[in-house]
Amino acid sequence: MDLRDGPEEAAFRATLRTWLAANVPAELRGLRGWTGPALALGRAWSKRLAGAGYAGLTWPKEYGGAGQPWRYQAVYLEELAKAEAPQHLGVIGLGMAGPTIIAHGRPDQKARYLAEILSADDIWCQGFSEPGSGSDLASVRTRIELVGDHFVVNGQKVWSSYAHIADRCILLGRSAVTGEKHEGLTYLVVDMKSPGVEVRPLRQITGEAEFNEIFFTDVAVPKENLLGEIGGGWRVAMTTLSHERGTFGFALAGALDVAVRKLVALARERAGADALVRDRVAREWMDLQALRYTNYRALARLERTGAPGPEGSVAKLRWSEANQRLTKLAIEIVGQESQVADGDGTPAYWRYQQLRSRGNTIEAGTSEILRNIIAERVLGLPRSR
Amino acid sequence: MDFSFSPEQDQLRAHARSFLEKRFPATRFAEIAMSEDGWDRASWPELARLGWTGASIAEAQGGAGQGFVEEAIVFEELGRALYAGPYFSTVALALPALACAPDLLAKVASGGLTATLAPDDPVRQSAGAKAKGAAVEARRAGDRWLLRGETDLVPDAGWVDAFVVEARGPDGIGLYLAERHDARPLIRVFDTVDTTRRLGRVTFDDDSARILAAPPAATAIIASTRRRALAALALEAVGVASFALALGVEHAKSRQQFGRPIGTYQAVSHKLADTYVETELARSLAYWAAWCVAEDDAQAELAAVAAKAYAAEAAVAACERAIQVHGGMGFTWDHPLHRYYKRALWIESFDRSGAAHRAEIAQALVAG
Repeated sequence: MDLRDGPEEAAFRATLRTWLAANVPAELRGLRGWTGPALALGRAWSKRLAGAGYAGLTWPKEYGGAGQPWRYQAVYLEELAKAEAPQHLGVIGLGMAGPTIIAHGRPDQKARYLAEILSADDIWCQGFSEPGSGSDLASVRTRIELVGDHFVVNGQKVWSSYAHIADRCILLGRSAVTGEKHEGLTYLVVDMKSPGVEVRPLRQITGEAEFNEIFFTDVAVPKENLLGEIGGGWRVAMTTLSHERGTFGFALAGALDVAVRKLVALARERAGADALVRDRVAREWMDLQALRYTNYRALARLERTGAPGPEGSVAKLRWSEANQRLTKLAIEIVGQESQVADGDGTPAYWRYQQLRSRGNTIEAGTSEILRNIIAERVLGLPRSR
Repeated sequence: MDFSFSPEQDQLRAHARSFLEKRFPATRFAEIAMSEDGWDRASWPELARLGWTGASIAEAQGGAGQGFVEEAIVFEELGRALYAGPYFSTVALALPALACAPDLLAKVASGGLTATLAPDDPVRQSAGAKAKGAAVEARRAGDRWLLRGETDLVPDAGWVDAFVVEARGPDGIGLYLAERHDARPLIRVFDTVDTTRRLGRVTFDDDSARILAAPPAATAIIASTRRRALAALALEAVGVASFALALGVEHAKSRQQFGRPIGTYQAVSHKLADTYVETELARSLAYWAAWCVAEDDAQAELAAVAAKAYAAEAAVAACERAIQVHGGMGFTWDHPLHRYYKRALWIESFDRSGAAHRAEIAQALVAG
């Protein structure tokens, strides 16, 4: 047990910190989602990250990654958050599609997709959730039919981040309507520029549109875009989802660290003597430390076993609730001024963060589903359904 | 950066768990808790033989030459087994002061000396003692010292061999050792809610003592003792919470109502999931605090305070949820759960309330 950086990690951290200080575009610091003018900057920023070797840190060297242990990805996420720098635009490609292709793809698919994910030439999105299939993912109804030498896709996907800018989509759909629902699923890579693909942005309660609906109407997808087997999509999708929570906790704790620091500053400035506020600020700081060290425990397990443990669900569940409490406390401290939507100062910052936080307990696994996962897979309680 | 235990440390934990499960199964809790001493005295030499009493004591003094991380593992396992004996008092509260005298360390390592701390802490005194303005005073008598005064809410006061006493001498607070073989303080053991860790009042009437640390050196030892004690209790609390969770899960799997195990119902299973989440977060804080204490890290104070406040609250909540999940059975005297609950409440009350600890943290954050 040693919570200090080793010499190599310390060197990596120091180099990265210097690089971030010199390279993060001022316009992108503290970014509120990839919309509007930020988008064009986002591609350039992502390419710059890739050029400096910070994309695919944990990917194997044979696929163009840096082949580093997971701790480097953890340091990367911590430092990125600390610098309030935006993530690489291609997080879905780097964190989910890429590892899935490495695990299940044929050599020609690896050759075709992986390099463009790393270079940020291709941005990916995820087509999993549907209007009728949220938590119950295996019930998806988007139809995938094999017609001659290609698949035909018809259906609707929703809550798709990055779809409005994506080049490709990992799509889970139904290729058989009879039999077990998990067995009729097929996993495809879809070119977002194909005829019949229509993306409609969804405006969130914050007013921004970070995610989208995707409509597929008779979209032809070449047969070679199949990942895994026809009817074997569920297993491939599980690989994608297991990567969703790998070192994700570090990005969450990093963002929370920034929020707690801002909260402390806000409390000092506006409510320094209020014992009730101080008590709640201390609680948020404690929760942040608890999450941070839970991440370090998860990291140690990930490095030892290669598989993420249940700490990922714990971190996501607790982070989302902490972020909601924290931002609520901040707008309480700001007071009625938090209701004024003008400008981009402190009140506007917290108003946005507070509204945005309501999505935290829903996106990437609702809190209810995460509690089910913990109850059933960790505690071994009987299934509730 | 490596937040995992070594294979040797994992082995220590596995060994501790199997020893404690055999030696102190839940079926013995009632007998031990209701015994006159409130603990099984025969267990102490066994703990010494296992190397636990001397875990952090140098090999030259008969110890195992390890550190607080190893002690942390023992504290967690002892909490899980609800061990009733002066391990916390001796190893967490008394040991930093005893370390001033190598002969005493050897006795602790060999199991020949148990001790506790009689603190000079007005916050921790009972209302009655506070009204009297109680404190222990030390005055020199040749090469010995004489102690006079009263201190209370002293853990395990009734059964230890010696008291480390924070007493006011001519130059301020020092640390003194009053051993039962040549000091005869008046001891009143309180009827304590957690009968396995009873509190007592100790009254000295010119009792003989030796000085362990004079002021101002004593101040640093008192501060480091507090960090150790808070971290140790955070670990005990994690052990308590884990066992309460295990009992709750076991019951939710086996108890059937409306034709199904009650763990099928999310109103039950989500409570237990919350306990799991809080216990794991508390565990992370407690291990962090343990590492900080072991390394004398600059964050040790804040880490220990945060870990204790968080873990105590988590342990109390874990027991309360487990009692609820057990229904009427969880409310009975015969079920072991209330003993865990009472230990959790004991831990929560130690030193300061959670709110006071959070105020301490806020002060460091907002002022810092």
